[in-house]
Amino acid sequence: MKLFLGAAPGVGKTYEMLSEGAARLREGEDVVVGVVETHGRQETEALTRPFEIVPRRVSDHHGRPLSEMDIDAILVRAPALVLVDELAHSNAPGSRHPKRWQDVEELLTAGIDVYSTVNIQHVESLNDVVASFTKVRVRETVPDHMLEQADIEIVDIPPDELIERLKDGKVYVPEEASRALGHFFSKSNLSALRELALRRAAQAVDAQMLDHLRAHALAGNFAGSERVLVAVSERPEAESLVRAAKRLADAMRAPWTAVHVETGRSSDFGAPERERLARTLALAAQLGGGTASIPATDVVSGLAAYARDYRATQLVLGKSSRSWWFELYHGSVVDRVVRSAEGVAIHVLPVAAGIGVRHRGRWREGLEARPYLWSLAMVAATVAACVGLSQLLDLNNVAMLFLLPVLAAAGRFGLRPGLFAGLVSAFAYNFFLLPPLYTLSINNPENVIAFFVLLIVAVVTSQLAARMRAQAELANRSARQNAALAGFAQLVAEAASPDELARAICGEIARLFHVDTMLFMPSPTGAALVAAVPGANHPDQLDLAAANWTLEKGKPAGRGSDTLTASDWLLQPIAKGDKVLAALAVAHADPGGAPIRSDELPLLLSLVHQSALAMDRMQLAEAMRELDVVRSRDRLRAALLSSVGHDLRTPLTTIRSAIGELAQSSLDPASAAIVDALDGEVGRLNRFVANLLDMARAQAGAIKLAIEPIDLTDAVASAVHDVRKTLDGHEIILDMPPDLPMVRADPQLLHHILINLLDNAGRYADPGTPVRIAARRGPDGLSLAIRDEGPGLPEGKEMAVFETFTRFDGSDRSRGGTGLGLAIVRDFATAMDVAVRAERCGDPQGARFILSWPDRLVVRIDPEMLA
Amino acid sequence: MKVLIVDDEPQIRRLLGVALRRAGHEVAEAEDAASALRLAKGERPAAILLDLGLPDRDGIELIPLLKAEGDPALIILSARDATEEKVAALDLGADDYVTKPFDSEELLARLRTAARHAGRRGEERLIAGEIMIDLAARRVERRGEEVHLTRKEFALLAELAAYPGRVLTHGQLLRTIWGPAHEKDIEYLRVVVRNLRQKLEEDAARPTLIVNDPGVGYRLTR
Repeated sequence: MKLFLGAAPGVGKTYEMLSEGAARLREGEDVVVGVVETHGRQETEALTRPFEIVPRRVSDHHGRPLSEMDIDAILVRAPALVLVDELAHSNAPGSRHPKRWQDVEELLTAGIDVYSTVNIQHVESLNDVVASFTKVRVRETVPDHMLEQADIEIVDIPPDELIERLKDGKVYVPEEASRALGHFFSKSNLSALRELALRRAAQAVDAQMLDHLRAHALAGNFAGSERVLVAVSERPEAESLVRAAKRLADAMRAPWTAVHVETGRSSDFGAPERERLARTLALAAQLGGGTASIPATDVVSGLAAYARDYRATQLVLGKSSRSWWFELYHGSVVDRVVRSAEGVAIHVLPVAAGIGVRHRGRWREGLEARPYLWSLAMVAATVAACVGLSQLLDLNNVAMLFLLPVLAAAGRFGLRPGLFAGLVSAFAYNFFLLPPLYTLSINNPENVIAFFVLLIVAVVTSQLAARMRAQAELANRSARQNAALAGFAQLVAEAASPDELARAICGEIARLFHVDTMLFMPSPTGAALVAAVPGANHPDQLDLAAANWTLEKGKPAGRGSDTLTASDWLLQPIAKGDKVLAALAVAHADPGGAPIRSDELPLLLSLVHQSALAMDRMQLAEAMRELDVVRSRDRLRAALLSSVGHDLRTPLTTIRSAIGELAQSSLDPASAAIVDALDGEVGRLNRFVANLLDMARAQAGAIKLAIEPIDLTDAVASAVHDVRKTLDGHEIILDMPPDLPMVRADPQLLHHILINLLDNAGRYADPGTPVRIAARRGPDGLSLAIRDEGPGLPEGKEMAVFETFTRFDGSDRSRGGTGLGLAIVRDFATAMDVAVRAERCGDPQGARFILSWPDRLVVRIDPEMLA
Repeated sequence: MKVLIVDDEPQIRRLLGVALRRAGHEVAEAEDAASALRLAKGERPAAILLDLGLPDRDGIELIPLLKAEGDPALIILSARDATEEKVAALDLGADDYVTKPFDSEELLARLRTAARHAGRRGEERLIAGEIMIDLAARRVERRGEEVHLTRKEFALLAELAAYPGRVLTHGQLLRTIWGPAHEKDIEYLRVVVRNLRQKLEEDAARPTLIVNDPGVGYRLTR
């Protein structure tokens, strides 16, 4: 299937589809037209000429002919390819499928290829977005999976050209709507629609690519949209790299991740390096990026592998200004990455060298004496053994034995002791075994070679052994971390309630890091303690201040952070996106110590991240449950109301019909009067039932609004017609300006409001007096007033008439009110954002009820528009 | 005329039967959807009065099925007065909608109108009050004088005149006259109706020719 996707009507999708179809036709394929809307345009009409056109099926809908694509005829005809215009079209009632895209799905299932066209505003997932800026909501939508399974061709022309075409009348729009569409076709709208179309197409291609990759397990870089990866190290400059990556990703609207490649070198890090690295990764998380630490033998291969898995398109690296001979020897990391990460755009940022920071830590470790003493002892033992064996064996073979202490030292203690053992071995071999003995001189040239070979082998071996040791250590640590993470994930997933989850988080983190923990969540009164391990822990004022700060700002606080460092606790935010869900406090069991070791910080941050996911999921589930409860309550209410309505109305219907039949039969005058009275009372009962149900609906909050533009002249005329019996004897004087603008309201609710107000006027107005209905357009809205001449309302109690069952002195029951009508008026008006008030009037005395629509509910429409 | 009453309440069936027979109609009764379908097929009634609250099936679903049996005039009788239900019923092909409790005389009048026009378009010439509409000649006269209408105004009047006395929903009118893309643009319809009333009605504020059914649609009375 191929979809021709356009940003707006008029970009030429149909034209493009027909052209491509014609090309397939010329290639000898069996192509037919299923349905094409030419809108009477000759160029398009001309394009359809080469095709066989499957005649449309004409159905009779209430006697009006409606023509639709004849899917059965196409299935029988079974072409290789069928052209189907306007995928979003809704079929006429009575068709097999309500929507044309469903027809297309059936055609595809039958093995017939389809070319179709669709505009971006018809794509289901973009419907809201499009409506938000065009103010035009499209009802006919196409589900996204249709796009996902199709080859997409964007039909694109620049907005200016489209507007030009529109002006030239080359775009089909129903003429009467062209003014309204003038807004839709503004340049800013078209640009936005165009961007949406291009992005949606890219997204569909991306999704197909992923499927393809999964299906074929291809290694390679096929990212359809951008993904940014930034490589960070323990160096201080890494933070600026993270910020640069964030800016880049923002500009591309791309997801991004900061990755640290752990090599053997990482195990040499001292506390400051670890802390800096953790801070850099935390910064990335704070700025909305992902973070990852991956173990690898070297930076370049690790980075390249991760970039491939992550399908990165942009890689940000820092390049320090190292001396040229350093690069000559080691090779530039950047150059090697460029060579191994094909298809990735690489951004290199120059950063300051910052040399020396790392070495201090290393030397401090290197100064420890014990590994060297052990190495020395092993070499001494080897010398003793060799001296004994040299009587029996060849000297050069004996030399091999010296590799043993070298391997042992390198494997056990690392690179430096290994090198030390190698050097000592070489010299000991010379001194104790090579003639002349007990000197460092060598007689035989062959032995010179043997000495140097031993030296070189010792150095290389020690390097290899040391690297293996570092890798093993690293793998071990990764395994520990992964096990901790997996265990943690399992535990938080099992939590059944928010409390349980909070306890699980506190307990697990306390166990894994040997610390005390507390968990705070936001509450109306600030941070509230929800869990603590051990349970006796309590925050003091300072800790609470830190917790509040973390919850508010989403940043760490307390000991080891930049804020409120006097607290014994370190507060870490548990946040999902911008929303801070909780704050986790950790403290070392004895009060003086640092809350957490700097090398443990990355693991803690991972666990905090997992906690955030779990808490977010939990809160979402809670919200869904609450929503479910509300929904089922609403359903129950609606069902109850409709059933009560039915049960009350059914007997009323019977009674009313029976009275009708009686009235038709020839009755004596006395009986006729009784039947007439019955009829009046049933009418009253009916109105009472209607009001009760309306009231119940309003009180139960079960009002469903269906707001539409309403002509008040229409609404008033319908209401006057419906209450004509009550208004009998009163002249209705209408004062409705012919150019009165329309208002937005629910037609049914408004009808009930007007009926109740008119009914009220009819009952309270003095006999023979007129009822006046007047509408006015004011500076800040529109008002509709109903004025009667009668007893009016008691002074100061005008608004009290809207209370349920209010009746004033003098307004006796003989007036026949239910006491509900005006309360319904108030509730329904409030639901529609319409203000209602009552006024006392003099000269002549009476009451006036006024409905006022605020300006925003007045429909602005040019009355000339459709003339 | 043979009329089929579909309602699960025996009292209502009985009284409707009395009223219909008094008006000279022949009556068949069904208490649920299954027997309604069977009777519609077997008896071929000219008109059906359908209650929506049936025990075995929602009456709304029955509308197209009953209409398919020889296109009888179909009037919905329902205690449900939600406008969306009225619109759905009319859109599905019902000819009219009467809310319970109803007035027998009004129901009989509506039944006459529906039966007269079910299944076919109205006459080419139609006289409604002081208005004469000649669909073929595209000419409208008021008290014998030609009234000039715009294309949209004429299209709307002609559509209403094709089904005199029957409510056409906003959606139906908008789809036919403005096209499916505009089926929710009620303001277009309201403006044209207002213009038509100003040209044709005696008093545009008290329309008697083009009558509004709040939230549902318009009907042309004659």
